[in-house]
Amino acid sequence: MMVADKDSRLIMDGSELIIESVARAGADVFIGYPITPANLLYSYSQERLPSFFAAPDEISTLQWMCGYATTGKFPVTASSFPGFALMLESINMAYMMELPMLIILVQRLGPATGTATCGAQGDLALLQGAISGGFPLPVVSISSMKDCWEMPAKAMKMAIDLRTPVVLLTSKEEIMTLSSFSVKNLPEIKKIERTFYNSTETYMPYKTGTTLVPEFLPVANTEHQVRFTASTHDQKGIIQNTSKEAIDNTKRLEYKHRQNKSEHLFYDYDEQSGADTLVVSYGITSAACREAVNAVRADGHKVSMLIVKTMLPVPPVYFEIMDKYKKVVIAEENLTGQFKNILFGERGNKNVSGVNGIAEMITPARIAEAILSK
Amino acid sequence: MKNFLTDAPLPFCKGCGHNHIAANTEKALQLLDYDPMNVVLVTDIGCHGIIDKSFLTHTVHGLHGRSVALATGVSAALNNPDKKVIVFIGDGGATIGMQHLIDAAHNGFNMTVVIHNNFLYGMTGGQPSEFTPFGFKTPYLPDGGKKTGYDICKLISAVDGVSYVSRLEGISDFSKELAEAFSRKGFSLVEVMEICPSYGVKANPGMKLSKVVESAGLKIEKFVDRGETEAYQTTVKTDLKSLFHEEDAIKTLFPTQLEKPIRMMLCGSAGEGVQAAAEFLLKAGITSGLNGTKKGSYPVTVGVGFSAAEVILSSEEILYTGSPNPDVMCVTSADGLEYARKTIANMKGGKLFIDSSLTAPETKAEVIYFPFRERGGAKNSSLYMIFYFLKTTGMIPMDALLHVFGENKIAKKFDLPKMFELLNEPYTAAMRDETKTIA
Ligand SMILES: Cc1ncc(C[n+]2csc(CCOP(=O)(O)OP(=O)(O)O)c2C)c(N)n1
Ligand code: SF4
Repeated sequence: MMVADKDSRLIMDGSELIIESVARAGADVFIGYPITPANLLYSYSQERLPSFFAAPDEISTLQWMCGYATTGKFPVTASSFPGFALMLESINMAYMMELPMLIILVQRLGPATGTATCGAQGDLALLQGAISGGFPLPVVSISSMKDCWEMPAKAMKMAIDLRTPVVLLTSKEEIMTLSSFSVKNLPEIKKIERTFYNSTETYMPYKTGTTLVPEFLPVANTEHQVRFTASTHDQKGIIQNTSKEAIDNTKRLEYKHRQNKSEHLFYDYDEQSGADTLVVSYGITSAACREAVNAVRADGHKVSMLIVKTMLPVPPVYFEIMDKYKKVVIAEENLTGQFKNILFGERGNKNVSGVNGIAEMITPARIAEAILSK
Repeated sequence: MKNFLTDAPLPFCKGCGHNHIAANTEKALQLLDYDPMNVVLVTDIGCHGIIDKSFLTHTVHGLHGRSVALATGVSAALNNPDKKVIVFIGDGGATIGMQHLIDAAHNGFNMTVVIHNNFLYGMTGGQPSEFTPFGFKTPYLPDGGKKTGYDICKLISAVDGVSYVSRLEGISDFSKELAEAFSRKGFSLVEVMEICPSYGVKANPGMKLSKVVESAGLKIEKFVDRGETEAYQTTVKTDLKSLFHEEDAIKTLFPTQLEKPIRMMLCGSAGEGVQAAAEFLLKAGITSGLNGTKKGSYPVTVGVGFSAAEVILSSEEILYTGSPNPDVMCVTSADGLEYARKTIANMKGGKLFIDSSLTAPETKAEVIYFPFRERGGAKNSSLYMIFYFLKTTGMIPMDALLHVFGENKIAKKFDLPKMFELLNEPYTAAMRDETKTIA
C-alpha cells in the first residue's frame, strides 16, 4: 500500500460497506428484526436507507418485503439462522411471485440458537434445499472487505435481472471486525435503474419473451392489471392445479436460475502454473486460505486457489477448474464440509478433502498443512 | 360504473357466504366510485383466497395467515391513501396470523381487512379455528366447541391506532357498511359472519347464522369509528448522507515498520474499558502507518461478565483475523482470566501482562505482573494496561497512543501525568508476594 493511500484509511467494519453498497445501488427500504450478529446492518440501514421498518418478527419482515417488492421498490433485510428459519416459507413465496429482494444471512454457530456471538459457515446446506422442490435459490458470498463493498450491489443487480430473492451469505467475523480500510479507490456503485413493462398490449405478469424472466410491472399502476401469486399459476398469474402452462411456468423458475450468465458469476481464481493442488474456499475462511497460500508459496511450493462467491446454484465452471487438479482441498467453517458435499455428494471424491471445524475460525496453518499433506 | 368482478361464476360452493362478500365488495367499491386500477386486493390461503382470479383489480395472493403482513408491505410502499388496499382473510388465517392483525392495527397501516368468519377451516375440510364458538360443531368437533371463540372485533378495538371496526352478518346487502370501512383512512376491519354450507351446515343441521352469532355472545355492531382519521405515512428520507466519513481519515504521523504482525488480546470485565482500550491501540497502530484489525467478544449480556478484544497490527495486509496464539496477552480481571485461561496455557512464547491480584496459569509466555487495578482503579485498569504495555515493549511509538488518546474526549478528565507516575513506580515480585499473603 502506498503512503498516500494510507492517509485515507478509516476504521470500518464490513457491515458499513454492505449498507453503503446497497444504498448506492438503490435499495429503497430495510425491514428487519434484530438478531446478533446482524445488528450492525440493522443500525446502519436505519441511518442510511430512505425507509426503515422495525418489523415485529421475521415472518412479518419477509412479508412486508414482499409487499414492498410488488410495488417495484427494492427491499433489504439481514438476519441469522433463527430469523432466517422463520422467513423460509415467505422466501418461497417471493421466489414463486418472482420478487427481487436481498436477504443478508449472517451465519453464527448453531444448531438452533446455538452461540449468538460465535461465527460459523453452517447454513449453506439449508440454502441448497431452501426452496421446496429443490429449485435453486441464488446465493452469493463475500470473502473480503472489498467484497463487502462490491457483492451486495452485484447481488441486488442479480435479484433484479432474474426477478428473484437473492441471499448474500456472510458470517459474524466478516461484518463485525473493525479494520483499517481506505474507501478512496473503491469502484463506483451506480444506482440500478429498473425498467418496467411499457407496452399498450395487455400485461401478462408471468409471460416471458426472449428471456426466461418476465417483465416486471408494479402493482397499483393505472395502465394494466397486475397479479402476483404464490400458488402454481399460469402466465396471467391465475391459480391453476397442474395445467401444462402452469407447470411450464414452474419449470421456468428452475431454468431461469440455471442460465449461468457471466454477469452473475463471481469468483477469484488464482492459478499457479505447474500446481497440482487447488485450494477452494469461500466467506470468512477465504482470508485464512489466502494467507495459507501465500505462506506455502513463499516456501517454494506450488498451489492454486479458487475463492468462490457465486455459491448457488453451483456454476459449472468450478468443476472445470477443479478437474485440472490432482488434489482439491476445500476449507470451510462447518463440521462436515457443506460446500464439498454439495459439489461431490455425501460419498465424496478421493481427490477431494476438506478442512473443517466449528466454534473457531479455520487457521491458515491447518489449511497449509492440508495443502502440503500427501 | 366500473366492474370489479369478471363475468365468470364465482369459485365457491353454492350458498357459501364468501359469494356474498365478493359481490358486496364490488358494490361497495362502485358506491365509492373507485377505479379497479387503484385497488389492490390481497388474499390469504383458504377458500376465500381463490377469489383473486375473479377480481379485476390488482391482486396479490400469498400465504396462509400472512395476507395482512403482505398488505402492510404493499400499503407502506405505495404510501398513498388513494390506492385502496383490501385484505381478504378467513378465521383460519386470522388465527395463525393474529400477530399481523394486531400489528397492522397498532400502526394504523392503510388497509381494510375483511375477515370471512365461517367458524372453521373450509379449505382443509372443516377443522375448528380459534374463532369456533362454544357448542358449534364441525366434522372434527362432533360435540361442539368447548370454549368461546375469539371476539376479534373486541380484540382489535382494544388496539390503539385503529380507525374503524365493525361486525356484520354476511347476508343480503351489506355494501354500504363495507363502503364505510373502505372509505376510512388508516386501519379498518370488518368481520363478516357467514356459514360454510359444506361443513358448517352439515355438522349443525337446521342452524341459523343469527342464532349462532347471538349464542356466541358476539355483537353485530360498529365497535370503533374514528371518522376522518389520518392516513399512515411512510417516512421516506431524502437527506441521506454516506456512511463513509472520509474527513475522519487517519493520518500516518508516526511511521513505524513491524517485522512481523503483532497479535494482542485484552481480557477483562464488562464496564472496565476493555473495548475502548483496544480501539485506542488499533488507532495508535494505524496512526503509526500500520494496518490493523480489532474485534470484541463478550457475553450476550454486555453489561456483566468478561469483555475481550483482539487487536492485530501489521505492516503487511492482514488477511486471517484470528489470534489463537497471541503475541501479547493482557489480563485485567478474574473474568478476563477465565476467558483467556486456555489461550494463555497454549501460548508458546510472547508476553502475558496480568493484574497482580491474579495468578497466571502455567504458560511459556513471559509473565509480567503489575497492579493495574490497584493503581488505576477497575474502570481505568485497561487503559493503564495498554500504556504500561507500550512503555515496556515499545512495539509502536508511545507518541502515537498519546496522540490518539489525546484526541478522545475522555482524555480531558483523565490525569495522564498521575498515571505515568503510578506506572513508573516500581513493582516487584516481593511486593506481590506481600499483598498475596495479606489477601
Ligand atoms: C402454513 C400453512 N399451514 C396450513 C395450511 C393449510 N391450510 C390451507 S387453508 C387452511 C385453513 C383455511 O381456513 P380459513 O382461513 O378459515 O379459510 P376458509 O377456507 O374457511 O375460507 C389451512 C389450515 C397452509 N396452507 N399453510
Ligand atoms: S368449503 Fe365451505 S368455505 Fe369453502 S367454498 Fe365451500 S362452502 Fe365455502
